[in-house]
Amino acid sequence: MSTPLLEIREVSTFYGAVEALKGVSISVAPGEIVTLIGANGAGKSTLLMTICGDPRARSGRVIFDGQDITERPTHHIMRGGIAQSPEGRRVFPRMSVHENLLLGAQSQGIDPAPGLEQAFTLFPRLEERQAQRAGTLSGGEQQMLAIARALMSRPRLLLLDEPSLGLAPLVSKQIFQAIRKLNAETGLTVLLVEQNANQALRLAHRGYVLVTGRITMSGTGRELLARPEVRDAYLGGH
Amino acid sequence: MAYALQQLINGVSLGMIYGLIAIGYTMVYGIIGMINFAHGDIFMVGAFLSLIGLLLITSGGMLDGTAAIILVLALSMVFTALYGWTVERVAYRPLRGSFRLAPLISAIGMSIVLQNYVQVAQGARVKPIEPVVQGGFTLMRDGSFAVQLSTMQILIITTTLAILAIFTWLVTRTPLGRAMRACEQDRRMASLLGIDTDRTISVTFVIGASLAAVAGTMYLLRYGVIDFYIGFLVGVKAFTAAVLGGIGSLPGAVLGGLLIGLIETFWSAYFSVQYKDVAAFSILILTLVFMPTGLLGRAEVEKV
Repeated sequence: MSTPLLEIREVSTFYGAVEALKGVSISVAPGEIVTLIGANGAGKSTLLMTICGDPRARSGRVIFDGQDITERPTHHIMRGGIAQSPEGRRVFPRMSVHENLLLGAQSQGIDPAPGLEQAFTLFPRLEERQAQRAGTLSGGEQQMLAIARALMSRPRLLLLDEPSLGLAPLVSKQIFQAIRKLNAETGLTVLLVEQNANQALRLAHRGYVLVTGRITMSGTGRELLARPEVRDAYLGGH
Repeated sequence: MAYALQQLINGVSLGMIYGLIAIGYTMVYGIIGMINFAHGDIFMVGAFLSLIGLLLITSGGMLDGTAAIILVLALSMVFTALYGWTVERVAYRPLRGSFRLAPLISAIGMSIVLQNYVQVAQGARVKPIEPVVQGGFTLMRDGSFAVQLSTMQILIITTTLAILAIFTWLVTRTPLGRAMRACEQDRRMASLLGIDTDRTISVTFVIGASLAAVAGTMYLLRYGVIDFYIGFLVGVKAFTAAVLGGIGSLPGAVLGGLLIGLIETFWSAYFSVQYKDVAAFSILILTLVFMPTGLLGRAEVEKV
């Protein structure tokens, strides 16, 4: 494996006195899709947010592209090549689709035109709805917008939190296909958090299993899919 | 009829002043969810800075009339903005992430600090000025009653409209305005997009304070007399305007300001001057009881 693009070393994160992450270590190589699976409340979203410095890790290090970003403020981290499509999508409801997308590129000081073109090729629905207020989009469209907005900053690492949550199977399939396509065509590195372990492990090169703040298993997507513990706990034991 | 028209003119020019201050309340509320109780005193500081500027410029005899007013306005906006920025930096930012009431209490403290500071620095007596802008037009005559539109009123209305136009453009069309609205709707997400939210909040205070400075200058020129305590009553009325228009809504703040100005003026003209504040504040109570979201405010319902 080449030098990792993202390396998380022994990270612990607290919410008040509650230890949400207990010394988690993972790494993501350039061009990889890595997935993090686990039950509700295992700390998956916390890990993605800790990478972004919100909340900050209490101990351990977050290394991105050889640089220690553990102590950096969130907006610095997000200007340096990382983007996140967060849990709950969090589109700006009272802004148009177009404005939401522009906000994704704005702090990079880059021309938004190529990003918009890419977004509309990936999700043609967004082009039709450009002038519409984001709060009035359907769940699936909001998810597309959240991903497209994250891509507007031309990140090297995309953090995706539960992109299939609450979506119709067909829509979630469409979103997974878009991720695969992005990775294959542009070499975008993706760290994907999912409860839908089956789909996520099929898509990902490698995966980690997070249980109550600790990594308990890791391996390639195929390996994890075959493990009986994974099947029982996350795939409905079929 | 003529009498009513006169009240309309007076009410609108007063309402513009309230509207300018109300924008500051509503913007800060929108972005950090607190009522900036020191904002009325920022307006008062703006009026004092205009007074100082005006005395400096006119006593030097360098300029007079419109040029002097524009210069006074610009100076007052810059320095008042500095006050607004400092208040946020010193009194509110350190308390961000603290419990909800903390910045509110701090704001009341800042209000008292500013009042006492101006009282000590400038003296407690009222400060009158010579009328700077004189003249006007007689629009119509009805028997012995003449409807006057003074040059000062024209100046207040046109300046306010021009500044509102610039400000609306800034908020709706520029990247800075977009960042402000993003912080207002979801601050955590805004920072996930690389937006420096602390800086954006500072900018909001700077804009709010410079609009209050415009109101301060207009108030000084229109009424010709100020003291360190004007910020309280005018501030509370502008706050009422913001609530009436729907707190968080920018057009609402202007609309609310105009309505409060008109209600106060018409009440004074037809009922009793002594009870004009009662009229204005009754509106606050009625709004809070029967229409808590105000005229243009929105209920917090979003499709998920």
